[in-house]
Amino acid sequence: MESLLYLVLAGLMTGAIYALVAIGFTLLWQTSQTINFAQGEFAMLPAFFMLVALNLKLPLWLAILLGVGVSILLLGLAFKRLLVDPMLRHGVLPLAIATMALAIFLKESVKEFYSAEAQRFPSLFPEQKVDVGGAMISIQSIGVFLVAIAAVVALQLFLSRTRTGRSMQAVAQNPTVARILGVPVERMILLTFAINAALVALASALVTPIYLAKFSNGEVLGMAAFVAAIVGGFNQIRGAIAGGFLLGIVDNIAAAYVSTQYRAAIPLLILIVVIMVRPQGLLGRAEERTV
Amino acid sequence: MTLQRLAVPGAILAGIIALALAPYGLKNYGISILGLWAVTTIAAIGLNLTLGYAGQVSLAQGAFVGIGAYATAILMAKGVPFGATLLLSGLLCFAIGWLLGYPALRVQHHYLAFVTLAFATLAFLVFRNEQWLTGGIYGISGIRRPVILGWNTAPERAYFHFCLIMLVLVSGFVWWIVRSPWGRAFLALRENPVRAASLGVDTRRYTLMAFAIGAGIGGVAGALYAPLVTYIDPVPFALSFSLNLLLMVIVGGGGYFFGPFVGAMIAVLLPEWLRFAQGLYLVAYAAAVMVLLVFWPSGIMGILDRLLRPADPNQGAAR
Repeated sequence: MESLLYLVLAGLMTGAIYALVAIGFTLLWQTSQTINFAQGEFAMLPAFFMLVALNLKLPLWLAILLGVGVSILLLGLAFKRLLVDPMLRHGVLPLAIATMALAIFLKESVKEFYSAEAQRFPSLFPEQKVDVGGAMISIQSIGVFLVAIAAVVALQLFLSRTRTGRSMQAVAQNPTVARILGVPVERMILLTFAINAALVALASALVTPIYLAKFSNGEVLGMAAFVAAIVGGFNQIRGAIAGGFLLGIVDNIAAAYVSTQYRAAIPLLILIVVIMVRPQGLLGRAEERTV
Repeated sequence: MTLQRLAVPGAILAGIIALALAPYGLKNYGISILGLWAVTTIAAIGLNLTLGYAGQVSLAQGAFVGIGAYATAILMAKGVPFGATLLLSGLLCFAIGWLLGYPALRVQHHYLAFVTLAFATLAFLVFRNEQWLTGGIYGISGIRRPVILGWNTAPERAYFHFCLIMLVLVSGFVWWIVRSPWGRAFLALRENPVRAASLGVDTRRYTLMAFAIGAGIGGVAGALYAPLVTYIDPVPFALSFSLNLLLMVIVGGGGYFFGPFVGAMIAVLLPEWLRFAQGLYLVAYAAAVMVLLVFWPSGIMGILDRLLRPADPNQGAAR
């Protein structure tokens, strides 16, 4: 049995990844009422873009950069223009259902056109382990954690300190007023889709060396993002961050202390309890009910 | 006019007769696929009631089919007659659906999608892990087909006919519900819940009802599924089955009575005819669903509806 300290540290690493995926999920919901059921697949796919680049003998850093770029184009802009824009006028639920079809499409495409087998993926960080207060943690985990945190902090600074970032927040809070005040609402929404794509691509590059690249990776990551976003608070970015870390830690502790078989059940039970008891999430604001 | 009025019942009768005769031209494998279509259609009809008529998104219909299938398999192994297990499977899923519907009352409707998503995943974990009850990954084998009122349904053709009869009965039941005051309340719920509430529709009760009846029908489909395949394991009841059922309803046309029939046909029968395409079929299917949703969100029945009756004065809400 590993020490509790180790489990918490490992949980922070997993949690940072979950937070990255959950933040984008929350952003899309806030700015354009998109419940992206393909978010997990969005975090699975960029690793395969990067693998294609690696197969062309490009260096890893360039492959990751290209992967992020292609993701922004396909999972950001194309997703917005080709699926979200035409679907949004039909309502929130038809759009959500369309993203479910998109999830199947992406998963089956990777399985069919790349491989059904798990693929090795090179890591940015060395494999050695270091001693952190008695727990042996791999440098890889620490690196993943630090990069993810840096991305989250950068995003927060962007949203709160820059003019564009504040315009995005305005769009998220009240698009009508934002439009009256001269905020280019459409461009801001497009930007959130690009940011979401960049975040999931980063998460993909960080997590795939550990999980291996497989078409079904999105199932786990997607579920984690949903739970993190809802538990933390669907309408708050900091909710998604808190939810991500909470889920990462709970996930690791549950695997060690509850049972490996029911490890996946714990986050789901938390989800159901939160929805029943505090539907706006731990940090969220209450939304108006439809009925 | 009378001819027109007879057209729809006539077409339905012709369809039933054609389906009843279909097995005589098919080998056993083809008949079992037709049986699978009938059972899947029943599950989709249940979901259509929840999703298409009452507008509540459920991602757990596959899990209800699983619960019904396991309940029937386990009870039949204990010697309970099939008629009773069929009823119990339906009632069990109705009760679970009722309980699961509660969160839907508290929050905005998209949360129900997540609650049911979580439930479907949890149900799968229970099917896989509770070996003492469900046989775990090895599943339950040797499920016998029942003898119903002296009619032995063991042969492939007989069991298909039994599934077909059940499909007709379930369809009739749903046809009746949709036209009853309940069905109208479901539609009111979907179209404008606030107005429905203001007109005195008890939205809480009808939301639960729509969800629970849909789940119960899913349980009945599961009870029919177990003897159809004679062996059940957790794999077919994974979350992807629930997603597929949802897509079937949408593709066929949510809220259209015949939508689930068409949707299940595309999802169950078409892949069999297009076997050569294999994995590509799913890629093409998912892509086609997205295109369909973008251009014709009312599904295939919606397209047919517009083509067949451009100006029907009686075009009410109940379709």
